[in-house]
Amino acid sequence: MKGHIHIDQELCKGCSLCIEFCPRGSIVIAKKLNIKGYYPADFVDKKECTGCATCAVMCPEAAIEVYRDEKADERK
Amino acid sequence: MKRLMSGNNAIGEAAVLAGCTCYFGYPITPQNELPEYMAKRLAAVPDGVFIQAESELAAINMVLGASVAGARAMTSSSSPGISLKQEGISFLAAQELPAVIVNMMRGGPGLGNISPAQSDYFQATRGGGHGDYKIIVLAPASVQELADTTALAFDLADMFRTPVMILGDGMLGQMMEPVTFPAKKKERHLAHADYVLTGAKGRPARLVKSLILDPKEAEDHNWKLYRKYQRIEQQEVRYETFMLDDAAMAVLAYGTAARIARGAIKRLREEGLKIGLIRPLTLWPFPNKIIQDTAKHLHDFFVFEMSTGQMVEDVKLALEGKARVHFYGRPGGVVPTPVELSRIISRHYYQSQKRKK
Amino acid sequence: MKKVYAEVLDEMDLREKAICVPPAGCAVLAYDYIDIDMVEAPHGRGAAVATGIKRVRPENLVFSYQGDGDLAAIGTAETLHAANRGEQITIFFVNNAVYGMTGGQMAPTSLLGQKTTTSPAGRDPGREGYPIKVCEVLAQLGAPAYLERVAVNKPAAIRNTKKAIAKAFQYQLRKTGFSLVEILSPCPTNWKLNSVESCAWIDDVMSKVFPLGVIKETTC
Repeated sequence: MKGHIHIDQELCKGCSLCIEFCPRGSIVIAKKLNIKGYYPADFVDKKECTGCATCAVMCPEAAIEVYRDEKADERK
Repeated sequence: MKRLMSGNNAIGEAAVLAGCTCYFGYPITPQNELPEYMAKRLAAVPDGVFIQAESELAAINMVLGASVAGARAMTSSSSPGISLKQEGISFLAAQELPAVIVNMMRGGPGLGNISPAQSDYFQATRGGGHGDYKIIVLAPASVQELADTTALAFDLADMFRTPVMILGDGMLGQMMEPVTFPAKKKERHLAHADYVLTGAKGRPARLVKSLILDPKEAEDHNWKLYRKYQRIEQQEVRYETFMLDDAAMAVLAYGTAARIARGAIKRLREEGLKIGLIRPLTLWPFPNKIIQDTAKHLHDFFVFEMSTGQMVEDVKLALEGKARVHFYGRPGGVVPTPVELSRIISRHYYQSQKRKK
Repeated sequence: MKKVYAEVLDEMDLREKAICVPPAGCAVLAYDYIDIDMVEAPHGRGAAVATGIKRVRPENLVFSYQGDGDLAAIGTAETLHAANRGEQITIFFVNNAVYGMTGGQMAPTSLLGQKTTTSPAGRDPGREGYPIKVCEVLAQLGAPAYLERVAVNKPAAIRNTKKAIAKAFQYQLRKTGFSLVEILSPCPTNWKLNSVESCAWIDDVMSKVFPLGVIKETTC
């Protein structure tokens, strides 16, 4: 199962709970500030993500959308 | 058809006939007969809700909930209990929710006692809660008028979406007089029901709040309420006069004090003293105009209150120095007799006559 | 926590029936995020306002959302008596052991020794008494139907919180009585910890004083 996430970096306040609890370490703190002056979370390691949604469950700001790629299943 | 009823019971019956379905109360003498009446009466009313709350404070907040849910809601108490409701009343005013609050005043301050008094006038008319707000304050003086003003209170509350207070006292509540009620229960006509919370089905979600963080928006809200209060002041003033046309001195009194004053005036008229009465029925909006008009043909006003003097200040404000204002007050639950009062009035009357010559 | 109950409202298709009473606390701004009917209550009076609403609109889903100061300090009487009357309402009680919005003062649920802006030397039982266990207190009452304490400090806990919320709504929909869910919730700002440490503090310290789990449950 392959997946990816989209982080609305303007909603993120850089609390890093998603980073802490992501089982694959696919999220890091971005280098660039968002409008509010936080360093938001950044989804970097695209390969590892399984779309388990733990990050979205932990995110207090509902800033993360999780996608699970059907195509990946067909290829297997 | 006339029924002999206590004032407290008459309020309850009138409220139900005016479409009140929710009553939240708490025991406190001298108004216990009202919650007791509602406990029985509302049980027989479809959708009727009666709760003896854990405190007067909880009760006013239940009124807030029932009102925002679209019901005609009422609470009642006496002086100390009304003090506990002030924050809730401020919220009702700010959130523009209709509600009726009954205060059967008793001797104060502090624990005071259970006999009738009028010492909560300032709290009622100046707003005992925080912020710039007003509430309509009705001051009935008989059991019949208690019933009539209850129905009026619910209509005014709906019309202006604001809390309305009925300011009675222990005597009015306890005494029994014949009273007639409207034959049929009145259907409620709520002009703007767009604030009622019913669940956001088929419409956007509604929000009834008074937290306005942006000061400019909060200011706008204040001036909106202010304009509402101006309209009430223009339209809803009510008072009664008695033997005023040829009077040389006007007595000003409301509620039980006005009944005592009437008795005193009748006695003094028999002795040839030209004394009349102005009896405000709305304490807010205060009847300034009739006082100013009366000052055109007499120079002496005599304010009588069962307190150390509170309405007297509104009389002075209305007159702006254009006439002499005499005052006689008995706080703490003392109820003078008409004879006693007539002696006091006559002394002030003769002094003022001497001054004129 | 607001995200969690919003998800439950959607999943149970209750958005159009819901009427919420937010607190006078951080969560009051919930109405900027959640599209349901709401009315503000004075601080501490959520249970009384919710009572008034529910008695008039028994078919609506009525719940209040209150912090520990709101519910267990100024609102103690309203909460205890709404529970004792068995009002058919649900209360979400967010326990973060401080007054958050006002800057981190001691709350009725602050732990012994916990330093706050109004217990600078740490909460001392001899002076400030003990943290109040609201669920356990309410469990002594006859009427409450469902009382559970949950947390939102890690994925499994959040999923469990979601279940508890759904269950509380079930109790209300089936008119089987008063339900309250107490949620241990991190407050990094006022605990002077970062968000991850705050989540750990709930597991390591707070849940020892406020044990998680169903405190009272009647058949639903």
